[in-house]
Amino acid sequence: MTTTDRPTASGDHSYAGYDEDDDPKVKLHYGIDPHDPWPDDVPRGQDDSRWRFQDNPRLARRAELKIAFCWTLTMLSGIALAIVYCVGGQPQVEGTMLFVGFVGLGVGLILWARDLLPGTEVTASRGTHNISDAAKREAAVEAFNRTVDPIARRPFLLRMLGLVGGVFGVAALFPIASLGDRPHRTLYKTAWGPGVRLVDQDNNPLKPADIAVNGILTVFPENNIESPQSSTVLINLGDAPFDVRPGTVGWNIGGLVAFSKICTHAGCPVGLYNAQTHQLVCPCHQSTFDVLKGCNPVFGPASRSLPQLPLAVNNAGYLISSEGYQQPVGPGFWNRA
Amino acid sequence: MSTTEERLAAEKRMKYERVGLDAVDDRLGSSGFIQKALDKIFPDHWSFMVGEIAMYCFVVLLITGVYLALYYVPSAADVVYHPTPGHGYMPLAGQHMSEAYQSVLNISFNVRAGLVMRQMHHWAAVVFMAAIAFHLCRIFFTGAFRRPRETNWVIGLLLLLSVMLEGFSGYSLPDDLLSGTGLRVVFSIVESIPFIGTWLAFDLWGSQFPGSSLIPRLFVVHEFLFPLAIIGLLTAHLMLIWRQKHTDFPGPGKTETNIRGSRLWPQYAIKSGALLMIIFGVLGALGGLFQINAIWLYGPYNPYTVSAGAQPDWYVGWLDGSVRLWPHWEFRSFGHEIANPFFPGVLVPGIVFTIMFAWPQIDRLIYKDHVAHNLLDRPRDKPFRTAVGVGALAFFTDLTFASGTDLLGNDLHMPFERLIEILQYGVFVAPLVAGAIAYKTCQALQRTDAHPIMKPVGGILIRTADGAYHTLGDEHGAHGDHDGHGHAVDDHDGNGHAAAHDDDGNGSADGNGHAAEEVDEPAAGAAISGPDPSGS
Repeated sequence: MTTTDRPTASGDHSYAGYDEDDDPKVKLHYGIDPHDPWPDDVPRGQDDSRWRFQDNPRLARRAELKIAFCWTLTMLSGIALAIVYCVGGQPQVEGTMLFVGFVGLGVGLILWARDLLPGTEVTASRGTHNISDAAKREAAVEAFNRTVDPIARRPFLLRMLGLVGGVFGVAALFPIASLGDRPHRTLYKTAWGPGVRLVDQDNNPLKPADIAVNGILTVFPENNIESPQSSTVLINLGDAPFDVRPGTVGWNIGGLVAFSKICTHAGCPVGLYNAQTHQLVCPCHQSTFDVLKGCNPVFGPASRSLPQLPLAVNNAGYLISSEGYQQPVGPGFWNRA
Repeated sequence: MSTTEERLAAEKRMKYERVGLDAVDDRLGSSGFIQKALDKIFPDHWSFMVGEIAMYCFVVLLITGVYLALYYVPSAADVVYHPTPGHGYMPLAGQHMSEAYQSVLNISFNVRAGLVMRQMHHWAAVVFMAAIAFHLCRIFFTGAFRRPRETNWVIGLLLLLSVMLEGFSGYSLPDDLLSGTGLRVVFSIVESIPFIGTWLAFDLWGSQFPGSSLIPRLFVVHEFLFPLAIIGLLTAHLMLIWRQKHTDFPGPGKTETNIRGSRLWPQYAIKSGALLMIIFGVLGALGGLFQINAIWLYGPYNPYTVSAGAQPDWYVGWLDGSVRLWPHWEFRSFGHEIANPFFPGVLVPGIVFTIMFAWPQIDRLIYKDHVAHNLLDRPRDKPFRTAVGVGALAFFTDLTFASGTDLLGNDLHMPFERLIEILQYGVFVAPLVAGAIAYKTCQALQRTDAHPIMKPVGGILIRTADGAYHTLGDEHGAHGDHDGHGHAVDDHDGNGHAAAHDDDGNGSADGNGHAAEEVDEPAAGAAISGPDPSGS
């Protein structure tokens, strides 16, 4: 290696005894020679005390005017903002004025720094990679080790501390339990039961004739519209042939069937009904249920049918549920099965 | 030369500066620190600005957020909306809604400048996440996470998680139909976790979904918990950057042991402040001119209503897409069930984030690279890492498209069933194809770098007096005709491929010798510099 070709500045390292060529951490990147003529340590003030237009008062003056123009825009938009605010506010004007004002301020600052303030690109040593020398490391290890032996000498105290921490730590966890109700019952129960009338969202009771063929209506247990687990879709299939699965005989009234509106996948309301294909689609994740086949999932991530609500008509001719849902409604959970 | 008045004015200014800094030093002895801080060097590259954009979005979020918090009412109590013409949104008159939703309508329609503040806040959150994602990609593809900066990679990922959760909690606060549907899905995902799912969901929500506790709790989470976490993590992030100094791209004269750029004062600080102003301005324009999250069009939330085209903000899209694409699998046995949403909603992001957190270790194993780096990789020089990154982006893109299957299907006149099937295959195919293309592209770019015709061998092209051309490398002739040294190319093994460099991540000692001999020869005749590799 011919070191004479090297520019002198980079060969002249600032810290004694350090040679970049011997440093395993100095690696070539992309064939670029680290000994190119950029000095590692440029003393402050030598090359970055000058500004761009230092020697050209005409350009400096022009830069000053440019900056003044930008900041004048800022000032004007500030006044405009105040006026707009006083006359009642208008989002589009406010947005435009905020843009002009702030961007004017920012661009002016950039021009100022670029053209009229000192500072060019400078190069300096990174120092020693933030790695301490051996003596300092040794001193730190020693300072820590002062306590190792005395602590190790008292194994009883150490174990005691672990035990205390465990016991007391568990006690500290108890308030978490009061954050919420116990999950169990509400997961399995809805407000439906024997003889509960079906109502619409205004709590009006319904008769079978209230829902047209191919019609769909969201229904609730009477006086329990707020019960979120209970929302149900009532569909009139008309003459369309549909499967009555074992265990659901008599749950329909003619073509009227009722299914839970809560998707068995992630709990969204199954709100879209295609009356031609007789399919319910969940708008969240596109789970599709075939109403003719007991709301069996036919597409999408749902893997369970929508639970069916057994329907009946009471003596006054109103629709009622003959029983509640026979299985938990909505998405799955660990103890569901 | 300056006039007498100018000189006197300058002296006076100096005096004031002295008095101020001396007064501080008398009390804190801080002059050494102040000098070091003002002289601190920050490398200049446009891509280093994106992290700053993220930080300044956070500043905008804090300021606009405080303003919004003064008007927002964190209550799920039922109210009936009574707007007056000109003050409020008339189509919702007489509707039942939560107090929270009403207060957001109030901010949007009755508070002067409230709508701009709200929309600026939402836009800032969206841009914040975009800047973070870009910043993350920059760090990944250039290998900036390598030793000694692994800790800051982890802090950065914790920031990403905090900001995602902060964003989602804020998006849910208005209690509108769209965000309420999102919360319903999240409840189901939490509920699906084995063993503890239902307890966890009920402890978070206070009761069965929706309950009345969540909105006030979300307010505490969004206003206090996550902002505090973000401020703490951001401080640590910046302290580590300050301590370890910024990385830089390789370039002539840049080494592992030096740093080149602007000093903190005045160039870096003033330009950075200007960036903050411009961010303010751009977000102001977005907030004033471009409608975002028009909650009055969605309506108030109630658990039995839903609108078509329900989608989260963009940064949650990949999770929603994952939930949409996962097949209809559930596991039921021994009286227990692992419900479907657990896999795409907990397991998939869990695996994704585990890989991300572990990447510095994985990368170290792949490249057997245990030394500290201050100079960055060019993505092409690490084809495998680049392929992994591009593959991951393809994966996220596929899932993000999947979160809009219903809307996309409508736009493309395609049944959503088919679109979902295509995207299900895409989850596997897209990353492989994109990764392979990225890998091949990297290799091609490396060859371009090394090719003697594409770039002058030796880096410096000499035209002699009689019009002939040759390069400095040829003139020496010591290392063969095809060896590209100096400025032009990668350090490779002289046969036109850069495999050796790719594997050890470092140059060879041999390359060091070459370059030292050949650079900065006095050029006879007109010397044309080879293309600067840092610009390619």
